[in-house]
Amino acid sequence: MFELIGIPPQALFGQLLLGLINGAFYALLSLGLALIFGLLNIINFSHGAQYMMGAFVAWLLLRYAELPYWGALILAPLVVGALGVVIERLMLRRLYELDHLYGLLLTFGLALVIEGGFRHIYGISGQPYAIPPSLQGGTNLGFMFLPTYRAWVVVASLALCLGTWAVIEKTRLGAYLRAATENPTLVRAFGINVPVMITLTYGGGVALAGLAGVMAAPIYSVNPVMGSNLIIIVFAVVVIGGMGSILGSVITGYGLGLVEGLTKVFWPEASSTVIFVIMAVVLLIKPAGLFGRA
Amino acid sequence: MNFKQALLGAACAMMMAGAAQAQISDNKVKIGVLTDLSGTYSDLSGQGSVVAAEMAVADFGGKVKGAAVEVVSADHQNKADISSAIARKWYDSEGVDVITDLVTSAVALAVREVARERKKIDIVSGAASTALTGKACSETGFHWAYDTYAMAVGTGKAVVKQGGDSWFFLTADYAFGHALEGDTAAVVKENGGKVVGQVRHPFPNADFSSFLLQAQASKAKIIGLANAGQDTINAIKQAKEFGITDSGQSLASLLIFITDIHSLGLDTAKDLLMTTGFYWDADDESRAFAKRFKEKTGKMPTMIHAGVYSSVMQYLKAIDAAGTDEGVAVSAKLREMPVKDFFAKDGKVRADGRMVHDMYLAQVKKPAESKQPWDYLKVVRTIPGDEAYRPLEKGDCPLVKK
Repeated sequence: MFELIGIPPQALFGQLLLGLINGAFYALLSLGLALIFGLLNIINFSHGAQYMMGAFVAWLLLRYAELPYWGALILAPLVVGALGVVIERLMLRRLYELDHLYGLLLTFGLALVIEGGFRHIYGISGQPYAIPPSLQGGTNLGFMFLPTYRAWVVVASLALCLGTWAVIEKTRLGAYLRAATENPTLVRAFGINVPVMITLTYGGGVALAGLAGVMAAPIYSVNPVMGSNLIIIVFAVVVIGGMGSILGSVITGYGLGLVEGLTKVFWPEASSTVIFVIMAVVLLIKPAGLFGRA
Repeated sequence: MNFKQALLGAACAMMMAGAAQAQISDNKVKIGVLTDLSGTYSDLSGQGSVVAAEMAVADFGGKVKGAAVEVVSADHQNKADISSAIARKWYDSEGVDVITDLVTSAVALAVREVARERKKIDIVSGAASTALTGKACSETGFHWAYDTYAMAVGTGKAVVKQGGDSWFFLTADYAFGHALEGDTAAVVKENGGKVVGQVRHPFPNADFSSFLLQAQASKAKIIGLANAGQDTINAIKQAKEFGITDSGQSLASLLIFITDIHSLGLDTAKDLLMTTGFYWDADDESRAFAKRFKEKTGKMPTMIHAGVYSSVMQYLKAIDAAGTDEGVAVSAKLREMPVKDFFAKDGKVRADGRMVHDMYLAQVKKPAESKQPWDYLKVVRTIPGDEAYRPLEKGDCPLVKK
């Protein structure tokens, strides 16, 4: 059998596909972050905690209401999004006039409080959540075994990313949103309720984090700190893509998933670092990020 | 009995009590539970260890040689510097006589040095490193519940004997993971197996699919998980998802606790082989302890919790026998006295501080076999203590005369 860059091509295809699947999670999470930053100028550090809450709400719904995965996929993001709306109304709203740092500090503090609360109640070991029966099993692609659930994650993530991008860039609602970011006073003069729009945008971004959490529950350990490690990587993704650029963060999410996947084959020990090295290099060459406007 | 005799008796009793009390410093025995109260290990040790220590004190009667026994606790956050600072404060100014639990090897090794300098006692139940009874052994230091060697021997040997003779390791890329992989690889080779490869993954790591695919490609019969906690849980969960466990390869988890099985669920964890120093459903005594523990904490005890109870109980018995709480004297008694309780049926403490007791090789039940909550394991084999633990002369402990 011939070899490509030191490993059989079959193994390489497998690893590339896995990278793409992980990229799907990065894209989904960074999408919400970019949405919130791009339209609200808030650096939402509680995104990881909101992702964790999505997974936990799914588990709670299954455990206490016997609501299966598909129901949770709709209900859990709504619950988490609603909490996001409450946070925006009660707290974030007061910070729009201040420096970015205040929003960052508030959301970071909130993340610590939320994670600490879940840890206190549910402990650290995590909760079991099974893959829904209709998505169990997988297909043998010849070069690797592709679990049906992972295929579903990629499809769902792609659809959501493209859908969100289309809403922001191609619809009238998206145009209003973008206009409200540039000049809220003028947009209000046209009779558009800007504060409600902002609230719903934050809620929407948070709901996306919750949705990613539900999708992660069957394959990752559902525990109170599941978001805190991921969030740092996702921030790097957003920075590399260009703060606030939705398309940029989606493409970067998938791209970095691939790069990380390859690193796991050739130099596994470095796989947790590679993204940050890329971030440093990108910031040196293009400070606004790959897709950002300087 | 007339008044005079009674008075004389009372006076004698008071004198004896006074004499005995004089041997207990500050007229109080203080037990410090230094553990992870908020982080990765807070379920398998943490608050449960504090409860276990308090149960042991209450069962002993709350007093030893007339002196009150008190349990204090602190969160070391899995950091060596924080833990040694707390240990110094406890030993030097707060009258703590013994520090126990000590989960996380870096923490246990740091506190070991603080204790050694002061000739104070530390009894490790939480951490796994064999260095505690090897190069870092101490006259006043003990290792109670388990260690990486016992895990490696228990699971490694059993798996090779069952035909799992080719191994691929998934190893957490830090000292603990490397030690566990090294110990297990040695056992596998000794028993005629071979190691076909390994991958070192970052710690912590959420997605194992890439590493699992590499393990699958190696065609090894056994994938050895030399990691712990969330890493182990994620690896097992994803191994099932990728059909690895259903396609003929088996997982061997080298350090896993009952709280991890609880988190995974039996459907995911079924058939997994593991080694443990304690299982709550092993016999009537262990069930009785577990039932009381669960009433207080809502969870079944891990081997660390049970180990903390056993070590605190034995420590109080040793003070009682020595008539003092002075570190070196109590340590000598601890090395002399056999350990007989629900945790260690026939335990003994060696010169290097290792408490040698039988270990269990257990297999996780299938969902259909589980009759009640926390009914997770069946004991496949009892591993005699002398086989489970590293031979005394192989540890390089300076206290062991060659």
